[in-house]
Amino acid sequence: MASIFQGVGAATAISSSACFDSKKLIFSAATPRFLTEKKGSFFMVRSDGRLNHNNGISSRAEKIVTNAVAAKADAPAASATSKSGHELLLFEALREGLEEEMDRDPRVCVMGEDVGHYGGSYKVTKGLAPKFGDLRVLDTPIAENSFTGMGIGAAMTGLRPVIEGMNMGFLLLAFNQISNNCGMLHYTSGGQFTIPVVIRGPGGVGRQLGAEHSQRLESYFQSIPGIQMVACSTPYNAKGLMKAAIRSENPVILFEHVLLYNLKEKIPDEEYVCNLEEAEMVRPGEHITILTYSRMRYHVMQAAKTLVNKGYDPEVIDIRSLKPFDLHTIGNSVKKTHRVLIVEECMRTGGIGASLTAAINENFQDYLDAPIVCLSSQDVPTPYAGTLEEFTIVQPAQIVTAVEQLCR
Amino acid sequence: MGFSAKLVQPLPLLNTTTARRSASENMNCASPFLGSTHKLRLPRPIVSSTRTHFGSGSGSAPAIVAVKSDVIKDNKKPKSDVSNLLITKEEGLEVYEDMILGRAFEDMCAQMYYRGKMFGFVHLYNGQEAVSSGFIKLLKKEDSVVSTYRDHVHALSKGVPASQVMSELFGKTTGCCRGQGGSMHMFSKEHNVLGGFAFIGEGIPVATGAAFTSKYRREVLKEADCDHVTMAFFGDGTCNNGQFFECLNMAALWKLPIIFVVENNLWAIGMSHLRATSDPQIWKKGPAFGMPGIHVDGMDVLKVREVAKEAVGRARRGEGPTLIECETYRFRGHSLADPDELRDPAEKAHYAARDPITSLKKYMVDNNLATEAELKAIEKKIDEVIEEAVEFAEESPAPSRSQLLENVFADPKGFGIGPDGKYRCEDPKFTEGTAQV
Repeated sequence: MASIFQGVGAATAISSSACFDSKKLIFSAATPRFLTEKKGSFFMVRSDGRLNHNNGISSRAEKIVTNAVAAKADAPAASATSKSGHELLLFEALREGLEEEMDRDPRVCVMGEDVGHYGGSYKVTKGLAPKFGDLRVLDTPIAENSFTGMGIGAAMTGLRPVIEGMNMGFLLLAFNQISNNCGMLHYTSGGQFTIPVVIRGPGGVGRQLGAEHSQRLESYFQSIPGIQMVACSTPYNAKGLMKAAIRSENPVILFEHVLLYNLKEKIPDEEYVCNLEEAEMVRPGEHITILTYSRMRYHVMQAAKTLVNKGYDPEVIDIRSLKPFDLHTIGNSVKKTHRVLIVEECMRTGGIGASLTAAINENFQDYLDAPIVCLSSQDVPTPYAGTLEEFTIVQPAQIVTAVEQLCR
Repeated sequence: MGFSAKLVQPLPLLNTTTARRSASENMNCASPFLGSTHKLRLPRPIVSSTRTHFGSGSGSAPAIVAVKSDVIKDNKKPKSDVSNLLITKEEGLEVYEDMILGRAFEDMCAQMYYRGKMFGFVHLYNGQEAVSSGFIKLLKKEDSVVSTYRDHVHALSKGVPASQVMSELFGKTTGCCRGQGGSMHMFSKEHNVLGGFAFIGEGIPVATGAAFTSKYRREVLKEADCDHVTMAFFGDGTCNNGQFFECLNMAALWKLPIIFVVENNLWAIGMSHLRATSDPQIWKKGPAFGMPGIHVDGMDVLKVREVAKEAVGRARRGEGPTLIECETYRFRGHSLADPDELRDPAEKAHYAARDPITSLKKYMVDNNLATEAELKAIEKKIDEVIEEAVEFAEESPAPSRSQLLENVFADPKGFGIGPDGKYRCEDPKFTEGTAQV
C-alpha cells in the first residue's frame, strides 16, 4: 500500500500517474526547502511509492485515477501517517494541538467567550478548563475589543494567549485592537515588545447561518502589517498550524471553517508542527494550477474528480498561508502549468484572490499562458435561504466549467 | 471604601447663583439637558467676563467648581507639626524634581516644535504634573504604566531617560522606540512603559492585560511574590468610550491589580466634559462596577499621593482595582496645533493659580522641608538635563533606510517565502528596501 506523505524525504513532486495504488488520498508534499528548514520536529516518513517523474507530455486520456479526490465533507484524508496514527475530527485535532502546547509551556493560555466551562462553542476547548483551571482557560464577558486588547497586553508582558472569537465575525468588534495594537505595537515600540498571540475562530459560510454569521474576514485583515494569517483545512494541518501559531513570536490569525470541524482523518501520534508560511500541495498535476484554501479545497477536489474523468490533470494547491503567500510553491506550479485558477470563499472585491492574482501577475507574468481566473463568492451578504446561499459560494460545477474554459 | 467626595453638581442652566449646594440637592437636578451651554463654576464669583460662551443662554458669571476629596480632612496643616507632614524631605525633593523635569521637558518640547525639530501631533502635559508624579513615583520598576498620547511625562516619571524621550521626539534612531513611535507612542521595556496610544481608550485593555499577567504569574505560574501593579492613565473623554467600561467590568470581575487613573482636565480638545457626559462625576462609575471610585484634587500632588498609596496598596494585596478621578487642568492647548480658543481665560487663570509645582514649593518651604536654594538647585540641575537631552537628540543619527522593515515582525519569517524558495528575510537587501518585493 503506497502512500506518499508530507515530510522530509520525499524530495520531488510526484506526478499523478497511476503508479500509486491508492485506496486513500494522495498527498505529495515535500519541497526541498523542508530539508533546510530547521523548524520543529518533522518526522520522517518512509515513502513506499515509486517515484515516477513526469515524462513530458502525458496523454490525458489514460490518466484516470480512482479515488483521486476527497468527497466534500468526509475525507479520510491521509495527509500524513505513520505506522500507528490516530483518527480524530478536526476540532479534536485543534484541541490536541492546543493542549499539547499548553502542557509544554505554562505561559500559553486561552481567552474567549464560553471557552472554559462550556468547552467552546465548537468544542475546541472542551476539557481544558477542568485540566488547566479557570484562569488559564478564561471565560470572558462579551467584550471582544477589550479582551482582545487584554490578550495583547498580556502578550506584551510575557504570556502567550490564544484568543478565540466565537465566530470570526465577532472579531470585527476587535478590529481596533487587532489592527492598531496587535499588528503595530512591535513596530511602534521599536521592537521592544513582542505580541505572540494567536487569534482564532470559525468563519466562512455555514449552513444557513445568516449574513452576519457567515463572514469571511480574511480580506478585512489582510492589509494589516505585522500579522500573519493562516487557514486550516484538514485535521493534520489544523493541529500543525495551531502549534506553529502558538510557537510563533508573531501575532497569527488562524482561520477555521464552521463546516470543517467534523472532518475525520488519521494523524500521526508523534509530535509535528506545520510551517506557517508554506502552502500545501494537495494534488500534483500538469494542466492547470488551482489555488484554494479552507473549505473550497473540498469543492475543488470534488471538481477535480469530474475533471480527471474528463481527462484533465489539475494541480491543486492549498495555499494555507493567506498572508504572506508562499510564492515559491505557487511559482513553481505556475511555471509548470502556465494556467491559474483561484477558487476561494472570500468576497470578490478586495479578497484574498484579488491579492493573489496581483501577486502572481507581478511575479510570474512571463509564465502565464492565459489570464488568471479567480472564482470567489458573490459580493452579497450571505442570504439565509438555502438555495440563495448555494449560489453565493463557488460550487464544483463552476470550477469544472472554469477549468474547461481556461484549458481550451 | 472609606473615601467620600464632597461634590457639588454643576449648577443648572440660567442659574446665576454660585452658592454651593449639597450633593443630594443637586443629584436630581431639574435641568433636563446639562450639556448644551453650561459652564463650570467657581466657588466664589469672578469678575464677570464680557465674553459670552457661544451658544450660551445664561448671562451668569463664569465659575468653576473645585471639588476636593476629604481624604485630607484639613487643608491647612499646622506649620511646625512635623509629625503631621504628608511627606518626608527626600520624598518631597524626589517628587519636586520629577515635576520640574516634566514641566521643563514639555516647555522645551514646545520650543523645539516651533523651531521645526519635531513634527506631527505633540500633546503637552503642563499643569498635570501632580498626577504623573503623585502616582508613578510610588511604583517600582517592575510595575507597568500605560498612557495615552499625552505620554511624555508619564515615561519620564517612570524612569525613561529624558535624552531617549527627546530623541524619540526628534525621530532619531536613539529614541526609546528607535524613532518609529513618535510623540504618541512612548514605549520602554526596561521601565515597563507599555505605551503611548494614539486612539483614546485603546491602552486600557492593554493595561488590563498587563494586570492579568501579574495575577496569572501569581496564581498559575506560582510566582508568589509577584505583586506588580499596572496604572492606566487616560482622560475624561475616554470615560465615555466602550473600552473603558468593558475593562472596568473585567478588572473588577477578576480583581486585577490595576489602578485606573482618570486625568479629568475638563476638556477633550474642544469638547467640554460637561457637554459630552450625561453624569460628569466619573468617580461614580467605579462603584457601578464594584470597585471604589475616588475623586481627588489633581492639582495637589500630596493629596494625589495619599490616594495613590491607598490604591496601590489595595492592588498589591490582591484586593482589586480602583478608579481614581483626578481633577486637573492642562495649561496649554490640547496639542501644539490647538489654538485653544474655547476655554475661558478665567478658568485658565483659576487653575494657573493652583500650579502644582508652586504649591509643592510653598508647602516644602513653609514646613521647613527644603530651602529655596535647594529647590533652585534642583531646577538648575534639571535645566542641564534638558539641555543635554536636546544636544543628544540633535547629534543622534536619523534612521537609515535599512531600518524601515526591521521591526515589522518579531520573527521576520513572517514576510514569507519568495519565488526563489528562500525566506524573504534571508535576502540582505530585503530590509534595506532595495530588493524587489
